[in-house]
Formats: sequence, structure tokens, C-alpha cells
Amino acid sequence: MLYARLIIMRLLKAVIVLFLIVIFNFFLIQMAPGDPAAVMAGEAGATDPEFLRQLREQFGLDQPLYVQLWRYISGIATLDFGYSYRQQMPVFDLIMDRMPATLLLTGTAFVMSLGLGILAGSMAAARAKKLSGSVIMALALVFYATPLFWVALMSVVLFSVQLDWLPAYGFASVGTGYTGFALALDIGKHLILPATTLALFFMAIYTRMTRTSMLEASQQDYVKTARSKGLASGVIQRRHILRNALLPIITLAGLQAGQMVGGAILTETVFAWPGIGRLMFEALMQRDYNLLLGIFFFSAALVILFNIITDLVYGLVDPRIKEAS
Amino acid sequence: MNFFARFAQNRGALVGLIILTMIILMAISAPLLFPESPWRMVQRPFLPPLELDGFPMGTDTMGRNVAAGLMHGAWVSLLIGLVSTFVALVIGVPLGAIAGYYGGLLDDALMRFTEFFQIIPNFALAIVLVAIMQPSVTSIVLAIALVSWPPVARLVRAEFMSLRHREYVEAARLVGQSNRTIILRQILPNAMSPIIVMASLMVATAILLESSLSFLGLGDPNVMSWGYMIGAARTVIRQAWWLSFFPGLAILLTVLALNLVGEGLDDALNPKLSRERS
Repeated sequence: MLYARLIIMRLLKAVIVLFLIVIFNFFLIQMAPGDPAAVMAGEAGATDPEFLRQLREQFGLDQPLYVQLWRYISGIATLDFGYSYRQQMPVFDLIMDRMPATLLLTGTAFVMSLGLGILAGSMAAARAKKLSGSVIMALALVFYATPLFWVALMSVVLFSVQLDWLPAYGFASVGTGYTGFALALDIGKHLILPATTLALFFMAIYTRMTRTSMLEASQQDYVKTARSKGLASGVIQRRHILRNALLPIITLAGLQAGQMVGGAILTETVFAWPGIGRLMFEALMQRDYNLLLGIFFFSAALVILFNIITDLVYGLVDPRIKEAS
Repeated sequence: MNFFARFAQNRGALVGLIILTMIILMAISAPLLFPESPWRMVQRPFLPPLELDGFPMGTDTMGRNVAAGLMHGAWVSLLIGLVSTFVALVIGVPLGAIAGYYGGLLDDALMRFTEFFQIIPNFALAIVLVAIMQPSVTSIVLAIALVSWPPVARLVRAEFMSLRHREYVEAARLVGQSNRTIILRQILPNAMSPIIVMASLMVATAILLESSLSFLGLGDPNVMSWGYMIGAARTVIRQAWWLSFFPGLAILLTVLALNLVGEGLDDALNPKLSRERS
């Protein structure tokens, strides 16, 4: 049962990493400018001393540091991430409200970038010595160098302002009363621009990776054998080269998950997409440190979740991992 | 073939070098061409590009000259890119060298530490660090360095692991050289070329990170930067596309140029490897 043990080990590691992040967060709050009570209230610079004194007592800030740390950790263990005084809601509820939108956006962008990236990369590998292959690689290089938030803004100008094809802001049209399929279609329309702009950068990475990986795989002996058997080159590309080239790409895709969550902060900010990225921007604007650190924790949790899913997929794609048990 | 000939063989790298030289010239000539502060209001706001002499890129929401901001911003982007990469190397190279050279428990411990930093989402961590330390050039440099050193450590560790049992290292050990000397004088110089290539690509990533931070309003409030210009123009994108267009193009060109130069350096420094790859 090596496979099951691998997953259990990964879950254990995830818990340890999240625990370390909680400790890290605690010390960051201590480092934040101003009175920690004021920081927790999201009111850095607030002046009402009576209110601050109450907060200090409520949060136990008059206690020694290790007691505070213990209270902080046990709070988070019971999903108490503190209260956002700016938004008048518990941090945990705020984040959970916004989580589905982020999952939808990053999930769509992930599938899109991986699918199109592998497609473009294998085309570039098959046409490595032709002009069309070079053009694909040049485009990939440009997208790799383009700032995400800029593509996002420019696509608003082009597709929303100039051409008026797609909505530029929000999650769904306001006040339409759509339900069921019509609502899904409406959300889908709003999703196109944010997901595409987020996917472009990652598509560029996967394109480059797929091409390199496929060119490497095409040097292998089994490819020469397949060629000398007289198999059609398309069949060799798909069944012999691509399948073997996929493994390093999946590993890379798992590693990119963190970047994807980071990119969502920028795209959600531009498109007013109501996810945790946009929430992070709002927390930044309002210097709401408690909320900021809560989102930081959950973005790390999201990355770990993505990584575990990649591991599971890896086990499915490469039967050797399962057979080893 | 010498270094320059191999570098020049990569046409993309030459193009990159030319673009990069132009951007460096822009940064140097900014105080000469636009001696006034780029923050000063000099014309009416929302002046479109090419409408008035001296304002080829128009003015922004506050009537500031976009061209002046672009030139002064070049300086900040390059500076933060270079310095934060240097700091990341200062953290990552020693950690990777020690882990790779000594191996064993020390290696395990250092690699767990590195892994922890790699799992945390880079950009989110940089945001939190700058927000807590308050935005300034120093805090931005530190935050970018703190999120970009892990790949350096891993690369240096791998290099050291493959080099530490080479004959010349064993020979140095036999003549009684200390571990310190072997690390610094024998192995590190031989591990230099992949580090240089990685560093040039890291400058590009650092510039992207810096612009993303200042886009979100986490730039140093005292210096004009490309990311800030785009961030400040975000809400007026419908009326004034040029405010975001030009600074974004500048970031794109700089990052593209650095990537091209990095690939050229890779060709020039690891000739055997890149020939095999293509």
C-alpha cells in the first residue's frame, strides 16, 4: 500500500506546513506597525484608548507572548481566524464566502493553461525545425514576459470597451434574476476574460516545458524502434512521445499552483472578481492585517490542496508508482 | 569559439541585449531629459498621446507627464530587479552550498526549510511582507529576495552534490585544504555558469514581482514606478488606455529582453548542453 502511505505522508506534511504558517502569521502580527490591538481591529492609528483597552483584554494582549501564541493557535484550530472590524464579519466567514469564486477561476485557468499549453507545446515539438514551431515558441516567450495585470487591463480595453463582446467586471450581471442554465451561461461569460488572462502566463510555461520534454523523449530508443517499425509519425507523437513527456509536466503543474493563486490576486483585482484575491486587495487597501493574514493562510492551504491533487493524478498517470507497492 | 561569438550566435539574445541597453540608457538619461520630478503636475490631466510637443505619451489623471514617469520608472525597476536578485543569491548560494557539500542531516534540515518557503505562494508572501514592513524600496527588495532564493539554493545544492566527489576536489582535500577553501575556491567557481544564467532570469522575475506589488499600491510612495503608473490608471482604463499601455509595454520589453539575454548566456556558458537541447 505504498500509494496510500504516500498520500498519508503528504497529508501529514501539509498539517505541519500549515502549523508553521500559523506560527509565522502570529509573529507577523507582532511585527505589524502600531498596537497589536489596533492591528487586529484593522484600525491602525485609531485613537479611542478605551476601545483599544477592551480589545487588548479581549484578545489577551496583556498576557505573556507564549500564552498569546497558544491562544492564537488554539483559535485557528477551531477555525477562529479573528474578526474583521472593517468588514464587520469574522475573517473565516468572509474567506469562505469568497472561496468558491476563486476555485472556479483558478480551476478554469489551470485546466485551460494545461490543455492549451500541452497542445501548443506538442505542435511546436513536432514542427521544431519549421517556421510555425518557432512562431509558437516566440509567442510563448512574449506571454511569459507579459505582466498579468497588464494583459488583464488591455483585454478589458479591447474586448469590453472597444468591441463590447464580453463583460469586464464582476461575477454575474446584476438584477437579471437569472437561474439555472441562464445563470451559468452568464457567469461563464464573466469568467472568460479573467480565466483567459490568468491562463496565458501558465500556458506559456507549459508550452515551453512540453516542447523540451517531448524533444527529449523523441531521442529515446523506443521511439527509434517505433519509427523503424514504420508507424505513422502522428501515432508516434501521440502514443510514444507525448505520453512519456507528460510526467515532468504534471510535476511542474503542481509546482505552479502557488503562482496560480498569486496570479489570481492580480486578475481578481482587475476584473472585480469576488474571490479571495480581490478580498486580499481590499484588506490591503484598508490595512486590515487580520484579514490579510487569514487570506495568506488559506492561499497556502489552497496550494497544498493543489499539490496533493497533482500527486493523486501522478499516481494515476504513472502506474509504476502504484505497482511499486 | 569564444564566449561572445557563442552569445552572438543566438539572434534572440542579441535583440534582447539591444533592448536592454536602450532601457539602461533610458534610466541613465531620465534626470537629464526630464530634470523635473515625475510627480509634478505639468499639463492638463488626461492629455492623449502625441497631442502636444513634449508629451509624446500624454499626461495622467493628475496632469503628470507619462513619458517622464516612464523614464524615471526604468531606473527603479532595474535597481530593484538587480539588488533583490543579489540579496536572493546571498541567501540561496551559501545555503545550497552547505547543504550540497556536507550532505546528511544538515542537508535534510536545510532542504526542509527551503521546501517550506517553496510551498508558500510567492506573491501572497511578498504582499504580506511588504504590507507588514510598510512599502519602501528596502522592504520591497527584502520581500522579493525572501520569496526568490529557494530555487537558487536547490540549484547550487545540486551542482555541489555532483561536483563534490570530482578528482580535483579530492586532490584539494588530500593536500589538506579546509572545507571553506574547497567550497569557495574549488567548487563554487565551477558551479558559477548555471548560477549566472539563473540570476539573469531572476532579475526578470523580480521586475515582474516589483511591478505587481506596486500595481497593488505596495510600491515605495517616494519613487515613480511602472507598476504604480498602471495601478493608478486602473480605474480610468475606459477613458485613458494610454496611461496603462505604455508602462506595461515597458515592463514587457524589459522582462522579455532579460529572458532573451538569459537564454543567450545559457548558450554561451553551457555550449554542450544547449547544442544537445536544440
